Amino acid sequence: MAGAIPSVWPCPPSSFGFPDQSPVFGQQLHESDTLVRPKRFVAESLTMDTLLQQLVNGLTLGAVYALVALGYTMVYGIIGLINFAHGEVVMIGTMVAFTVIVSLAGSGMPPLLILTIGLLIAVVACMVLGWGLERVAYRPLRHAPRLTPLITAIGMSIVLQNVAMIIWGRNYITFPPMIDKRIYEVGGASFTNVQVAIVVLAALVMIGLTYLVQRTRMGMAMRATAQNQHVALLMGVDIDRVIAMAFIIGSALGALAGCMVGSYYEIAHYQMGFMLGLKAFTAAVLGGIGNMAGAMAGGLLLGIIEALGAGYIGDLTGNFLGSHYQDIFAFMVLIIVLMFRPSGLFGERTGDRA
Amino acid sequence: MKHAHIPGVLMALAASVAMIGCGKKEEPKAAAPAPAPAAAPAPAPKPEVVVKIGHVAPLTGPIAHLGKDNENGARLAVDDANAKKLEIDGKIVKFELLGEDDQADPKTGTVVAQKLVDAKVAGVVGHLNSGTTIPASAIYNQAGLPQISPSATNPKYTQQGFNTTFRVMANDIQQGSVVGTYAVKDMGAKKVAIIDDRTAYGQGLADEVEKAAKAAGATIVAREFTTDKATDFKAILTKIKAKNPDVIFLGGMDAVGGPMLKQIKELGIKAKFTTGDGGCSPELIKLAGAASEGVICTQAGLPVDKLPNGQKFVEDFTKKYGQIQIYSPYSYDAVMVLVDAMKRANSVDPVKYLPEVGKTAYDGVTGKIEFDDKGDIKNGAITVFVIQDGKLVTLKSEGGTAAAAPEAKK
Repeated sequence: MAGAIPSVWPCPPSSFGFPDQSPVFGQQLHESDTLVRPKRFVAESLTMDTLLQQLVNGLTLGAVYALVALGYTMVYGIIGLINFAHGEVVMIGTMVAFTVIVSLAGSGMPPLLILTIGLLIAVVACMVLGWGLERVAYRPLRHAPRLTPLITAIGMSIVLQNVAMIIWGRNYITFPPMIDKRIYEVGGASFTNVQVAIVVLAALVMIGLTYLVQRTRMGMAMRATAQNQHVALLMGVDIDRVIAMAFIIGSALGALAGCMVGSYYEIAHYQMGFMLGLKAFTAAVLGGIGNMAGAMAGGLLLGIIEALGAGYIGDLTGNFLGSHYQDIFAFMVLIIVLMFRPSGLFGERTGDRA
Repeated sequence: MKHAHIPGVLMALAASVAMIGCGKKEEPKAAAPAPAPAAAPAPAPKPEVVVKIGHVAPLTGPIAHLGKDNENGARLAVDDANAKKLEIDGKIVKFELLGEDDQADPKTGTVVAQKLVDAKVAGVVGHLNSGTTIPASAIYNQAGLPQISPSATNPKYTQQGFNTTFRVMANDIQQGSVVGTYAVKDMGAKKVAIIDDRTAYGQGLADEVEKAAKAAGATIVAREFTTDKATDFKAILTKIKAKNPDVIFLGGMDAVGGPMLKQIKELGIKAKFTTGDGGCSPELIKLAGAASEGVICTQAGLPVDKLPNGQKFVEDFTKKYGQIQIYSPYSYDAVMVLVDAMKRANSVDPVKYLPEVGKTAYDGVTGKIEFDDKGDIKNGAITVFVIQDGKLVTLKSEGGTAAAAPEAKK
């Protein structure tokens, strides 16, 4: 900027003898300069269509985070356990869908049907996996100190990663694109039909889940168990079944999210669940872990923060911090939120638990 | 011309210069058996000696395919060398390749380097990535082991003042200058956006491209960053889209380039995509699919089909291991350079044959291999490719002793 201002001056800045100070003089002498400056800044990176595009990017990412975050938050809300293996459940979901789709690809079925079959099998596989995880790794430790199941969860995460590495190999897998990607452009932002499908599907699932928890008997049992396991047990709630259900539903959502990630990036890898899980966990904490609305809002918010962070952090800090700080940006927002609202944005209810 | 580092280095340089001086006389004698190494085996069974050569590349993770490619090249060289039943110091030499996996991780790189030193290898071919090669080179240097990298292009590797570091292809100063200049002069780019993956390779190459593009008269409108494990690039690409560049350059590997190309298309970015040797592979085409059409990329070296002695290598390699990714011809030559130096020194002892490595004048499958005083190849070639109909098509090759020398001084 400093280089641009002198060019509009009537006399070159060197005539002042203090070239370093000249921009300051410039601002004092010419009001118009101060008007030009922000305009130019806006023209480069803060235009409406760029902002809109970043919001679209963030929304897609956020929808996926939200679905995964729901898996964390459901389990945490009911038994107070952070299931660190959840990210790996998502990864297994992607891999199973990939295998089914690839093996059906030559069968001549319509692509959308293949995708749906792949998705359904992945969801069922992950439901079984979630149920098995709870049964094998967490149920025997239900009355153990809180740290014990946490360590088991991390252990399960490593086991699942390595199992996936053995089954599906170490290389990147190209997720077969089953839907012909169509690119739409609205108001300067481009997005694909896959992105639309992701956001719509995620929204439908979240509405369905809210209905399940708020309106059905199972949902009522879940809420009762979350409030007080012992009392729920006394009221005749089969809490083993409720807890297993939380894992199963969470894993099904994870599988769905996994398929979305797979068809969005068209790439899968045995380590893909780790970072995704961590981000989704962050989203759950941001929204208030244990609170379902919080997980949804936290996921969307985190996706958008990330996109905006990567897009604008360089401009806002005068390129002092670049886009490689995007993850730090997301976690910084988390820390700031937790400083002022320790139980997350929507987390009032979790305060009286624990 | 020569780099002055620390007194020790100067001494090493002086020593090697001195040795070149007295080595001259011996050379004809030592080099004589080289063209006809498969001399008729002596009637009496000769004693056999096993010589281990280490090879390191990532065999797991996103770029395992490139690691395997390098290792297969080295393996083919070891097989070919064994078939010749070389005789060194009165013994038949049987070469053995110890392949290690560094996971493209600098920490693991130093661990496996130590492992190879402990296993008493006679020399090392590797590593693949600059980020792993540079820290590992200190360990090999301490052990006095010659190390020849077939693919680490970061200039720092040979600028550390070690007498044990060599590479058999051009470095990133040369590559960056070719690709940066090509983008501006041949592709007519006025505005260039640069992305790198923050690895020693990606960052180093991107810096060189930035310099070259600026020198050729283009403006760098964006400098963005990602990681070598990321899959979502939409945020940085959106930012780049707003700056409307003519060319985007990626300093990174094919595992990053593949998904990035798809997202570039989805965002409707019209800019042409260029990348360096890390993304100039058939794997990029596999990962990006149709989005890879028209990508311009460079490799340090000549294209496989233009390699002076490459015909037989290509046949042998494809028969045994399938498609060549990028650098297997170079890892083949790297092994052969070690073997050749052992022959000339008539010893498999690293202490004795290390000085001979620096004096190499070997006709490899990738061309004439001679090293300068730092261990960089003299007259390393850079080739520009375009991806057309799902294939890498050669646009042009540039060899550049004259161009490289003044730049390397920096």
